Amino acid sequence: MEQLIHQIAAGLATGGVYASLALALVMIYQATHHVNFAQGELAMCSTYLAWSLINHGVPYWITFIVTVALSFVAGMAIERVVIRRVEKASVLTVVIVFIGMQFILNSVAGWIFGYTIQTFPSPFPEEPPFGNPYINSHELGIVVVTFLMVGVLAAFFRFTPVGLALRGAAANSESAALCGIRVGSMLALGWGLAAAIGAVAGMLIAPVVYLDPNMMAGVLMYAFAAALLGGIDSPVGAVVGGFSLGVLENLAGAYIIGTELKLTVALVTIVTVLVVRPSGLFGKVLVTRV
Amino acid sequence: MNLLNVRNLHASYGAIEVLHGVHVEVAKGGATAVLGANGAGKTTLLRAICGQISRRGTVELEGEPIDKLDTADIARRGVAHVPQGRGTFSTLTAEENLRLGAHTRRRSGKLEQDFALVYEYFPRLYERRAQQAGTLSGGEQQMLAIGRALMLEPKLLVLDEPSFGLAPRIVQEIFGIMRKINREQHVSVLVVEQNANLALDFADRVCVLETGVVVTEGTPEDMRKNEDIQRAYLGY
Repeated sequence: MEQLIHQIAAGLATGGVYASLALALVMIYQATHHVNFAQGELAMCSTYLAWSLINHGVPYWITFIVTVALSFVAGMAIERVVIRRVEKASVLTVVIVFIGMQFILNSVAGWIFGYTIQTFPSPFPEEPPFGNPYINSHELGIVVVTFLMVGVLAAFFRFTPVGLALRGAAANSESAALCGIRVGSMLALGWGLAAAIGAVAGMLIAPVVYLDPNMMAGVLMYAFAAALLGGIDSPVGAVVGGFSLGVLENLAGAYIIGTELKLTVALVTIVTVLVVRPSGLFGKVLVTRV
Repeated sequence: MNLLNVRNLHASYGAIEVLHGVHVEVAKGGATAVLGANGAGKTTLLRAICGQISRRGTVELEGEPIDKLDTADIARRGVAHVPQGRGTFSTLTAEENLRLGAHTRRRSGKLEQDFALVYEYFPRLYERRAQQAGTLSGGEQQMLAIGRALMLEPKLLVLDEPSFGLAPRIVQEIFGIMRKINREQHVSVLVVEQNANLALDFADRVCVLETGVVVTEGTPEDMRKNEDIQRAYLGY
């Protein structure tokens, strides 16, 4: 029983990271109807940035804030410089650009920082919180930070004029422009937010999976599965999907298939969702009149 | 002085030119209707004025050229366009749709008054303000689109077939409100309308578009006397 509770708790923790990254994917998907395959590598680069800052003696939480801010700017810059040029291109072109970015970022990180696996510090204490035997401080920290971030984002989208404008631009870009909303700036803002969320996810998962240029490969796969499970156009779905997948992965790994085959859970989920219910749990069912 | 002057406007979709030098005017406080058959270029004309397609020629708002601006900036100058198909933000609530219409404005007492005004014009929108806009009926969505445009505090209201697909009773109601907006709020209107009788009753100036050029223009009275117009658009 104790083992089971521990597995669920650990699953919720990694699930929080999947949820964050899935949220970043959903954010870009909603605005552009493209899945950003480079989302994981962006997060990895942000994490390396944080790692360098920490190695230069910058305190953790200052590093955290600076990394999130710089990632936000970098995300906006990528939209402005790269994505805008292929805005009207076919889906396949955009996919190629995303995959290209993924490889470039991966190689550049390897070139600068090397492929040696590095440790990444956790800001949370070593000893488990409140002396409980089920969940360690970093795992609890991941869950709390994820919920905080989701809460802040939800409030931003619901209660601020800019958040509303972002939703408007995502829902109907033509009408948004007719309301005087600069849709291009909104897309850049969406990319910035996605990159910032990714940075948080990267810094949270790095103490668990360790830091190397390929650290996000597995995580991104789970994030895809989470986004699909929840419905690729639903932010709520992304969060629910992320947490469910984290728990599912851990339980399957511990009791059914063993840790070597854990990634299969993500792939099986992706295939199952696409076959059984392509719109996911919370996604809109797309009806087209012909 | 005219609020809107469109001179020698050309517009094209890719290589195909659809407007071949169109002239249209809207007087300050006036209402101009554009008549024309399907495919004449009416919607294209409105889209070209609002910078939604590539165009060439002169478009002036209050004497200032707006033909080089992009759509958002034209809206910020005070041109509110209610597009064909109503352009509803269907996943947002009705009230959020209205708030998006007011995106360019500061929060102020006037803004609250305009909310109240839109709800006074369209009480049904007030009842449904928390409802997802995509679930509203066609007529309600048209009202919402006009309300959204009003929230911009426009100088010029551009309407693309506001009667399209609606029951006659709803059409009467909507044109009644449009008249109020024009006469009481002194918002100038440029409207494209298939229903010629409706358009002639509403507008003070009419122009007829055929395959991308204006073939006739004048007052509604001129149009009613014109035999070609009678035959083609008024069903005599």
